[in-house]
Amino acid sequence: MPMSYYLILSAAMFAIGVLGVILRRNPLVVFMSLELMFNAANLLFVAFSAYHQILDGNLFVFFVMTTAAAEVAVGLALMVAIFRAKHTIDLDEMNMLKG
Amino acid sequence: MDIGVLLVYGILGLTVIVSAIGLIVSRNALYSALFLVVNFVAVGLLYLALGAPFIAFAQVTVYAGSIMVLFIFVIMLLGAENLPLTEPLRGQRALGILLVVIFLAEIVLYYLLRTTPLQAIPLTPQSLASPAEIGMILFNRYLLPFEVTAFILLGATIGAIVLSKHEGPTRPKPGIQKPETPVEG
Repeated sequence: MPMSYYLILSAAMFAIGVLGVILRRNPLVVFMSLELMFNAANLLFVAFSAYHQILDGNLFVFFVMTTAAAEVAVGLALMVAIFRAKHTIDLDEMNMLKG
Repeated sequence: MDIGVLLVYGILGLTVIVSAIGLIVSRNALYSALFLVVNFVAVGLLYLALGAPFIAFAQVTVYAGSIMVLFIFVIMLLGAENLPLTEPLRGQRALGILLVVIFLAEIVLYYLLRTTPLQAIPLTPQSLASPAEIGMILFNRYLLPFEVTAFILLGATIGAIVLSKHEGPTRPKPGIQKPETPVEG
């Protein structure tokens, strides 16, 4: 398969993820869009790893996955804590620090 | 190229794009989570096609398995509440779409202005990305990042526990001995 297939797919996935982060106000969906963007980057890592026949891209995907898992765990715990304090998860309600 | 190969890649790519769009347009967060699972599995199949079986199975077990369980657990916990459709900032949607279009145009421009031509991806020999080979590199060249990752996970675990620890008026005051409550059936 030509490289441009993976490039186009990854760019489209990343753009859809950005759109989700910008437009959605449910923080859970925003988190999922972030995962989508991680996924787009990972796909490119693996594609270029196969393109150059070097294994380092695969290893980097492994580290990105671990970091994403840590980020999701902390983020969801934060969300539960915010929900306890404010009783809503609307992102527009999280403006306590707004000057 | 063979028509069957084209069909398989076309269906896979279409699945990835459609599930990604479904993720951001569905009103219910639970449907978004299920769309994301479909997306992860489709991308995992693409990893398999690229000759990276270890990453493919890590993708399915870690992402589509454990991370999505965490997501769905929190969606169930917080109640998949439907937020109002009205947008507080006028024109936010149009502006967001405009910015994403500009971003995509930049990527396409970058692709068109590259100096070296892209070739087709060579077929990966089976021994290149085998789990044994990945383990060799992981524990030799990438040993320090591996250890750092362990500390990141430890920090995330402690952070998650501290953040979700229940503090508030329901906690029994220190000094008052709480009687043993019988376990209720």
